Amino acid sequence: MSGTVAEPKGATKRTLQGLSGLVYFFFYAPIILLVIFSFSDNRNVGVWGGFTLDWYREFGESSGTQDALWNSVQIGLVSTAVSVVLGTLAALALERFTFRGKQVFDALLYLPIIIPDVTMAVMLLLFFAQIAEWFGITKGFATITLSHIAFSISFVSIVVRARLAGMDDKLEEAAMDLYATRWMAFRHVTLPLIMPGILGGALLAMTLSLDDVVITQFVTGPGWNTLPVFVFGLIRRGVTPLINAVSVVMLVASMGLVALSLITDRARSSDSAT
Amino acid sequence: MSDVTTGSAAVELRNVTKRFDEVVAVDAIDLTIADGEFFALLGPSGCGKTTTLRMIAGLEFPTEGSLKIFGDEVGTLPPNKRPVNTVFQNYALFPHMNVLDNVAFGLKMQGVDKHEARSRAQESIGLVQLGGMEKRRPSQLSGGQQQRVALARALVNEPKVLLLDEPLGALDLKLRQEMQSELKSLQQELGVSFVFVTHDQEEALTMSDRIAVMDKGELLQVGSPEQIYEHPANRFVADFIGQTNLLEGTVADHETVVLSNGTRIAAHSDLAAGSAVALSLRPERASLHSRGQDVTDGANVDGVVARVTYLGNALVYIVNLDWMEIEVRDENNPGADRFHEGDEVSVLWSTESVSVVTN
Amino acid sequence: MTTLDHVVGEVATPEFEHANEQLKRRRGFLMALPAYAYLVVFFALPLVFVVIYSFATRNRFGGTDLAGWNLDSYQRLFTDDLVGTILARSLWLALLTTVICLVIAYPFAYYMSTRPESVRNLMLVFVMIPFWTNFLVRNYAWRVILGTDGPLSQTTEFLGLGPQKYLFTSTAIVLGMVYGFLPFMVLPLYAAIERIDHGLLEAARDLYGTGVQSFRHVLLPLSMPGVIAGSILVFVPSLGAYVTPEILGGAKTKLLGSHIVTQFLEARNWPFGAALSFVLMAVMLATTIIYFRKGGRTL
Repeated sequence: MSGTVAEPKGATKRTLQGLSGLVYFFFYAPIILLVIFSFSDNRNVGVWGGFTLDWYREFGESSGTQDALWNSVQIGLVSTAVSVVLGTLAALALERFTFRGKQVFDALLYLPIIIPDVTMAVMLLLFFAQIAEWFGITKGFATITLSHIAFSISFVSIVVRARLAGMDDKLEEAAMDLYATRWMAFRHVTLPLIMPGILGGALLAMTLSLDDVVITQFVTGPGWNTLPVFVFGLIRRGVTPLINAVSVVMLVASMGLVALSLITDRARSSDSAT
Repeated sequence: MSDVTTGSAAVELRNVTKRFDEVVAVDAIDLTIADGEFFALLGPSGCGKTTTLRMIAGLEFPTEGSLKIFGDEVGTLPPNKRPVNTVFQNYALFPHMNVLDNVAFGLKMQGVDKHEARSRAQESIGLVQLGGMEKRRPSQLSGGQQQRVALARALVNEPKVLLLDEPLGALDLKLRQEMQSELKSLQQELGVSFVFVTHDQEEALTMSDRIAVMDKGELLQVGSPEQIYEHPANRFVADFIGQTNLLEGTVADHETVVLSNGTRIAAHSDLAAGSAVALSLRPERASLHSRGQDVTDGANVDGVVARVTYLGNALVYIVNLDWMEIEVRDENNPGADRFHEGDEVSVLWSTESVSVVTN
Repeated sequence: MTTLDHVVGEVATPEFEHANEQLKRRRGFLMALPAYAYLVVFFALPLVFVVIYSFATRNRFGGTDLAGWNLDSYQRLFTDDLVGTILARSLWLALLTTVICLVIAYPFAYYMSTRPESVRNLMLVFVMIPFWTNFLVRNYAWRVILGTDGPLSQTTEFLGLGPQKYLFTSTAIVLGMVYGFLPFMVLPLYAAIERIDHGLLEAARDLYGTGVQSFRHVLLPLSMPGVIAGSILVFVPSLGAYVTPEILGGAKTKLLGSHIVTQFLEARNWPFGAALSFVLMAVMLATTIIYFRKGGRTL
């Protein structure tokens, strides 16, 4: 079934080859250019003016970016941790149990994935506008983190569910047949087997939290910025080489997460070979 | 633990029923499996055999009825509290553990000391002839080797009863035959009861001391392979176990059955006159003769050879009797008469060769 | 000997079975509960807020009166010319983006599926990397490239085509969205095409089909689920796009996403913004439901 599709020949093949090359060029050329220009000694962001590290130095000295970066990391870590726990529990419940309201829950869990960012941002803005009034919550760290968890749970649970669905549920029965209690069967069999899924979900949640602009911008309070929102604000005021440098830092962070996810993905596929 | 029945009965089911919503998977069955017995639960898929096994393992709870293991009621105990272990269909080996950790799992869960667990697991791995494979992952083993690991993983716990769910189903024919005899000798060596589920009647006949035939949640017959083959309790058992010809008829008296075409055949039964029955005639118990030969003992019917199939060690004739076709199997002996398509023949059998079965 | 304690159970009864069944259900419910409750509070409830606000009235101070329920905001959707223009433009650009992605991604995904497995996986990884890369940064890169005196304009000038204006146009927005969402099209398409048995295409050729005919009658129908899934995954975010038009578009190329944001952060007309986002959500839901009705699974 997974054999290769009929091999195209001659001119067709060369055309397809050329096209694929172009697609990759399209994907990577802008990113590479951005990295190059981040080292350019020219106030104009798209013009090469010799090598410099000045913009990275400026990034290091700018307290605005530093604060925003630190906020992003904190929010990313907290929202990832919470959504991994909630999302994994939800995945286990949906994949292994039946209970009242299961279908409604399943649908509710899908919605944050397919709803456009802007709509979700509006929903949470209106919600926190009221809640902040009622409960006296200051908008900022708390509201942003709560919002990020709201969309991350769904992504985590989807990734973990896929992993659970691929796992033979007889394995848990086998563990219990071999004198494991319910908890021990989970601890020694289920958990290690779904761990790659949990890690994959965590990396996805982290990426989404570090990427988000729209929702964060809507639910944040005065003086509170995450790195993407801070950069977005800068871009709207006019591009500067500092943004190039900050962007490259964000790019490196993304790449780091991709590399990690590829590693867990590899672990995932090697384990599920049985 | 004092009375005699609990001493000899490894597993005892009394009036055990399992319902899934409205579907009755197992319908009020009574079953006693003796200690040290190789016992098969046989039937087509969906007959309730696997559910029965899972209830003994504790993976399902009976809806009602009593389930005892060595005299102790276990009906409401979870699997980890029962002194039985299971070899799962497709083995269910833990893919993230090596062979040694798989085998030692049960001991670790019981809190056996690490060193002891390792040495006992090692011993068990040796018992199934997998010494040297301890560090391998299940994915690096062949199907037959995985099967042995599954066996070792269950046996290392010294279960009082070993349950096997279609243990040989995933293996190819040659390996299956090899494992059949190996399982049998292992069971004799250990002296523990093996209860295994299979849909393969040949496998059940070869391996078991006793067989329980199930269909649609009901227990149809329990007996030795010979009893079941020679004296099937009903039409389903006769048809399911081995090949047979079923000749429809009605009971005339205790020694005679009238076939649907009016032929009177000598056949013993205890049924009331007028009962609708079928005569079960195994193909190898009938023989062919040219018409007009004198028949001294038994019964015969006339027909015409419709097809001949050459099997090497035997010949299978399909004989047309006008009202039905009948299969006759002859050993391929050099001196035996050979018949051909269109030959007019008599099908002959001795009275004790047929059994009268009801629906 | 097993070290198992000698435990004796009881005779199973329907009551025990039922209680056990209930226990299992309760366990499942309790596991789902934290996420369930969280989504009810921080997703379902906010959704209700949007609906309520869309029926409210904006007062003179830019605040919102929840008391006077009316359909003004929805009426304005049909009467306000600006809204009509923006809606039409958003739909058009989202559609254009989807079609362009499809045209680029289909042959690419097909070519990918004809490669040997190791090459295929590597190609896939290099599609996944931009998929995981920060979206804002990827859009910003185009801002740099398309800018005045940027690399693209320098190239065209060098070629003697004179300086061109790229930034702040619809073209720039579509370019940015294609760049941003192309992986969403490639991945489901690849998944669908890879599943097709290559023997079917050979059979089509064997039965005298030309290349075009076997594409039209065999490959395309069989890869339809991928085409639909990819199209939805590109169309929905394109329709609600905010970041891309803000960075690459200008005042004359305003899209629905930006217009919604404007209602909240600048115009302070929350009821109208709520109505607009409700419409966007309805379109999105309708598209997805149609997809699921058609028997699609892979979103």
